[in-house]
Amino acid sequence: MASIAQPHVQSHQATAQPVVHTQRSGLWDWLTTIDHKKIGILYGVTAILFLMIGGLEAMLIRTQLVSADNTLIGPNTYNALFTMHGTTMIFLGVMPLSVAFWNYIMVLQIGARDVAFPRLNAFSYWLFLFGGIVLNMSWFFGVNEVPNQGWYGYAPLTEEAWSPTRAVDFWILSLQILGVASMLGAFNFIVTILNMRAPGMSLMRMPMFTWTTLITSILIIMAFPAITIALVFLMMDRWVGTGFYAPAAGGDPLLWQHLFWVFGHPEVYILILPAFGIVSEIVPTFSRKPLFGYSVMVYATAAIAFLGFGVWAHHMFTTGLGPTANSVFSATTMTIAIPTGVKIFNWLGTMTFGQIKFTTPMLFAVGMISQFTIGGISGVMHAVVPLDAHHNDSYFVIAHFHYVLFGGSLFGLIAGIYYWYPKVTGRVMNESFGKWNFWIMFTGFNLTFFPMHFLGLQGMPRRYYSYGEGSGWEFWNVVVSFGGFLLGFSMLMLLFNIGQSLRTGKRVGANPWDAPTLEWATTSPPPVYNFREIPQVANRDPLWAEKYGTDHENEDSEVGISIGGRELGTAGVPDDKDKETLRLQHAAEEDAGHGIHMPNPSYYPLVAALGMFLLAVGMLIDFPTLIALGPVDFSIVAVLGLITLIGGIFGWSFEPASD
Amino acid sequence: MTQAVEVVHASGGAGHAAGHGGDDHTSHTATGINHRKLAMWLFLASDCMFFGSLIATYMIYRGRAEEVFREGAGTGPFPSQLIDIPFTSVSAFVLLMSSLTMVLALAALQKNNLRGSRIWLAATSLLGATFLGGQYFEFTEFYHEGLSLQTNMFGATFFTLTGFHGLHVAIGVIWLLTLLYVSLRGGLKQKDAMSLEVAGLYWHFVDIVWIIIFTLVYLVPYEEMGTEGLEEGGEHGMRLIEFGRNALGTFF
Repeated sequence: MASIAQPHVQSHQATAQPVVHTQRSGLWDWLTTIDHKKIGILYGVTAILFLMIGGLEAMLIRTQLVSADNTLIGPNTYNALFTMHGTTMIFLGVMPLSVAFWNYIMVLQIGARDVAFPRLNAFSYWLFLFGGIVLNMSWFFGVNEVPNQGWYGYAPLTEEAWSPTRAVDFWILSLQILGVASMLGAFNFIVTILNMRAPGMSLMRMPMFTWTTLITSILIIMAFPAITIALVFLMMDRWVGTGFYAPAAGGDPLLWQHLFWVFGHPEVYILILPAFGIVSEIVPTFSRKPLFGYSVMVYATAAIAFLGFGVWAHHMFTTGLGPTANSVFSATTMTIAIPTGVKIFNWLGTMTFGQIKFTTPMLFAVGMISQFTIGGISGVMHAVVPLDAHHNDSYFVIAHFHYVLFGGSLFGLIAGIYYWYPKVTGRVMNESFGKWNFWIMFTGFNLTFFPMHFLGLQGMPRRYYSYGEGSGWEFWNVVVSFGGFLLGFSMLMLLFNIGQSLRTGKRVGANPWDAPTLEWATTSPPPVYNFREIPQVANRDPLWAEKYGTDHENEDSEVGISIGGRELGTAGVPDDKDKETLRLQHAAEEDAGHGIHMPNPSYYPLVAALGMFLLAVGMLIDFPTLIALGPVDFSIVAVLGLITLIGGIFGWSFEPASD
Repeated sequence: MTQAVEVVHASGGAGHAAGHGGDDHTSHTATGINHRKLAMWLFLASDCMFFGSLIATYMIYRGRAEEVFREGAGTGPFPSQLIDIPFTSVSAFVLLMSSLTMVLALAALQKNNLRGSRIWLAATSLLGATFLGGQYFEFTEFYHEGLSLQTNMFGATFFTLTGFHGLHVAIGVIWLLTLLYVSLRGGLKQKDAMSLEVAGLYWHFVDIVWIIIFTLVYLVPYEEMGTEGLEEGGEHGMRLIEFGRNALGTFF
């Protein structure tokens, strides 16, 4: 049964007609672009840049720790390095790299022409960029001004009495800007997914990556408010002199930990779920089998997200919450292992009896599954309260979350880079080099982080800039540092492969991997309007269904099809009314000549984001004061920024979206 | 599985005004809900978490100022000396009435009654601004009484929570005035009713949040502190309460 009522899909490939590319690439076009594909590329490139900065910081940390009593890097610089490494990797590396795929790939996967709010999308990107600049700007003011309180900024260390420099202020304002960027992006993606699915793509026909995008976005909009408010309290404590976290005034430093981890634990799933989605696309493609247990996978993802809000206090077992709270949070934490285990078995089930092709993306995906499993198991160990008391603040914890966030998230994202590179560039990355890249990264990663388990159990504490001779930690630290440098080298290999393949990579057609989802139905790279005709979907794996027919045993005939908001029959055949809707849609598109209606570029998102940036800069750096509002001084630059921000938003509101 | 699909339809379809056919974005969405409307619902979900964090913090620290004072460290004034329920009831009433006028503005616009929509829009803005005026009066009174952000935990949590809500109202008023301006320039017609509907969703939400804040911050009683911890014997505080009584007296 042909499941895509779109005859043009195949002919695109077959005739390889040069589709007119109206994408221009001057600087102004990049600054004003609202095309989700260009914004996706901007996100990806910027995220990789920040990943490199964060990686460099990690290299410096490992150089310092290579030998006992090393004096290369002093304690202050060391504190700055681990704080910036953590903050950069989480907020500027892994999250935006996921968003890059949401932008570029997810929109194609649902058969849409752009996101629901293209200008808001651009605004999110510019805010992300400026948030990253605000954070890293601190390096230019001397090492004492660089955030150095740890990525989770525990009060009361962050209070003015203990952190009198602007270091914490840089961190606060950067996180606030990044928070706004993430939330606006998430609103946009949820609306896009719910509202802009191609006809026939019911929720239970969406690709798994689209599902994880949806659920991660929901996590973002529900989790980020907590940290925003926590940071507002901290700002007021530092700038206005309130006592939210100051025990002397009756405040409770633990309030910060609660608010932070109410955000912080869902954040962990914000980092890992997109990688789960990517792996759920890659494993079926290269096992030549549909995803095993699709609907269970969807429910498991939703369950992880839901439970993720009920486990935050497992980060606080050693703060003395009492046996009741500890037991409850211990139990909820262990519960999360169930849906997570379901996912792992589903991937294994997909590979079972599959015709597995170990391409580079598949290697990274399988590497991700195995390494994430190790990190997941050490995570369950932390759920045991008495054990956690031993692991807490030791290298065992570092080993655990790097297995999850690097071995899991980043390996998944790199798998995504290798997998979708041909879609973005029209060329495939060098496969043999890619396999070397994988094995060196895999070796480097495990050499770096596996011995940290031993170091942690031997009592090596995290965040100490040095350790003494005769501590017994010398040997494994040498191994770890060596592994770290190997890992750093493998990241350079990845960069090299990305850059080199742009010119020398083998040119490929629309669907080089013979993958099942809609993003492979259009050309590589896609035209600016993505699809000449919006595809119509009747299956979970539409391209396979079209090419190989459907296996009725695997096909869930109960899945409803919806077009234009109405529930249709279950047979997968659109009724007359829908054919009429589609015909009218097509006619409207044809009428517009071949110019499919795309929204205009706009510079207002950039202007508004620039206003936010100036506002932050004005608050951080001493300029002449313009307005003194009680204890808070608004410098000229801050006021200018505020005016620019408001002006940008108004200009944007009154600008016609398309003409 | 069909259920999952239908849930989305049901939640959106109910509130969707199908009367006007001009909103071409609506008819093409997979859920049948307009993009902006869906985005606003999502924002409100997120905003629940913002207010949730703030209100939770307020409740955790409720009574902390009195506790610290009993331990011999902090100072007043305390909520029992400042909170003026009659006065705030009036401004709460004003804010709730603004939801009514908001509904009337939208209904008028959907019936293509442009003049009506402008009148009710202006009334809504005015009521919102009145609420803000009341809050300004309350804040300055409390401040003159000796309560600032730095005074004690009550000052910090009270001003932050109600101030955050006031900021929401202020943004709402600016939004409504902008819509009024657009309307007067002829840019808000029946087919643009969605613009007003989305603003209305926001406005009603801000009202609902105020009901919760009003209950938890004003109505639930505090520990009675008499004139303890007051530097000047509570003279100003009495004046505020008198004002509230008088204001109520003129209304009823």
